[in-house]
Amino acid sequence: MSERKIRVLVGKPGLDGHDRGAKVVAAALRDAGMEVIYTGLHQTPEQIVNAAVQEDVDVVALSILSGAHMTLFPRVLKLLQEAGVDHVLLTGGGIIPSEDMEKLQVMGVGRLFGPGTSTSEAVDYIREWFAEHRAADE
Amino acid sequence: MTELRPSERELLNAFQAGEARALARAISWVENARPGFERLLSALHDRVGRAQRIGITGPPGAGKSTLIHALAQVVRGNGEQVGVVAVDPTSPFTGGALLGDRIRMTSAAGDDGVFIRSMASRGSVGGLATTSREVADLMDAFGFERVFVETVGVGQSELEIAEAADTTVVVLTPESGDSIQAMKAGLMEIADIIVVNKADRPEAARAAGELKTILRIRQGKAFDRIPAHHGVDLSEITRRKLAPGSGGEPSSTAGEAAEASGAEAKEWEIPVLLTVAQEGEGIDGLLAVLDAHFEWLGRSGVLEERRRQRLLERVRAVVDRGLRTRVWREGDGEAILERARADLESGRRTPYDVAGEILGALGPGSGKG
Ligand SMILES: Nc1nc2c(ncn2[C@@H]2O[C@H](COP(=O)(O)OP(=O)(O)OP(=O)(O)O)[C@@H](O)[C@H]2O)c(=O)[nH]1
Ligand SMILES: [Mg+2]
Repeated sequence: MSERKIRVLVGKPGLDGHDRGAKVVAAALRDAGMEVIYTGLHQTPEQIVNAAVQEDVDVVALSILSGAHMTLFPRVLKLLQEAGVDHVLLTGGGIIPSEDMEKLQVMGVGRLFGPGTSTSEAVDYIREWFAEHRAADE
Repeated sequence: MTELRPSERELLNAFQAGEARALARAISWVENARPGFERLLSALHDRVGRAQRIGITGPPGAGKSTLIHALAQVVRGNGEQVGVVAVDPTSPFTGGALLGDRIRMTSAAGDDGVFIRSMASRGSVGGLATTSREVADLMDAFGFERVFVETVGVGQSELEIAEAADTTVVVLTPESGDSIQAMKAGLMEIADIIVVNKADRPEAARAAGELKTILRIRQGKAFDRIPAHHGVDLSEITRRKLAPGSGGEPSSTAGEAAEASGAEAKEWEIPVLLTVAQEGEGIDGLLAVLDAHFEWLGRSGVLEERRRQRLLERVRAVVDRGLRTRVWREGDGEAILERARADLESGRRTPYDVAGEILGALGPGSGKG
């Protein structure tokens, strides 16, 4: 009856205790008509990937402010692949230098958003990615 | 039975092999009413019916997710497999949803023995109640011994979802107003067990007492044909009927005997329990009552009867859904409506006339009535 909903997991791995950014993004994606699963603070990569599998999401968006992005993104990416969910977009944001962003993208992570990016950019990016990669699926 | 298409067969095989990913995908098929999902459900039907379905409902923030997590931890410890369906509302304005129940349902240990699925209420084609029942069916067929379904107990469809459970737990807090709210929302009617969570807060015992009084009054009404003379404690009578092996007990009056034999197994005295979900307090007690209720359901024949009813209901719901799909998705419903629009707006035709044409297009006889 309606077009398929985009399902996004918004995760907050690592030890830092600020989830305002993650919550703002979650709310923006919700307002854009997506179904957002918010998993809360201090999630391990294993927990995030486990949740992504169970929730059958299209997108995993991570908020990382702790500076651990060069370990967390590759770890989540690897676990996603191991779990056989390689059709999922891994994206996110945080305080990430642009050269790190590039390195991560080479590994297979999607676009990453630095501080101060407007949430509508992330919304548009996810919509476009979905239209291109997933909309044709079931 | 209809043949499965290759993609359906593939999913079914992975599902039967116990792959969590396949269960997750099957749930998506059902949620999205993807073509073929009913064939899949049909193929799994004979595996459905082993799990205890527990509906957990109550006002926002009462501690439903925390409680489910605490319960799941204990039953996982006993080696049981657990599934959770957590339903949250879809925004009617944007169509989006923020599903946050997982926040309270993950432990530091990251135990993947609990399968949690967050569901938005959407505007499901077959109604949310049917969809969530089918999702619970999938978890049941997957082999989970217990399936928890969390809903916010405010709206009609949530009540329907809760009613689909074998055991419905209504979770309230000591805050004054919760019990009134529960009555207004019709929660007292569907409760098999009432939990006053956040019992670490003051007034918990008072709230529980108040609820017990409300329940006793309601129960009293059920016995209003019995003359209310001194020395008859109605709750005592109910309890006696409940007690296992009490059937042979002599009854003092003919009326009471008739009442007892007719209603004997039908009576379940709704317990009011106190918990501190956050600390895991009262969880063992709740679990014992959940088991007792399931055991009572089986012993009294209520479970069997409900399941028989549910089969009939399911057929009706699937037919309803199929009709809607045939009219609006596959059929000419929208096209006819569009053509009739100008006439409708100008008043040349009535909504009933147009609806008749749409139903008529389904085939001979469909438009009558
Ligand atoms: N003091 C106290 N707080 C509790 C208890 N159980 C849960 N909470 C807290 O109550 C808040 C809500 O708990 P949830 O489990 O999310 O409640 P819920 O009913 O699932 O909420 P919704 O799904 O949003 O309707 C959280 O901050 C919990 O930590 C308890 O026993 N005592
Ligand atoms: Mg909850």
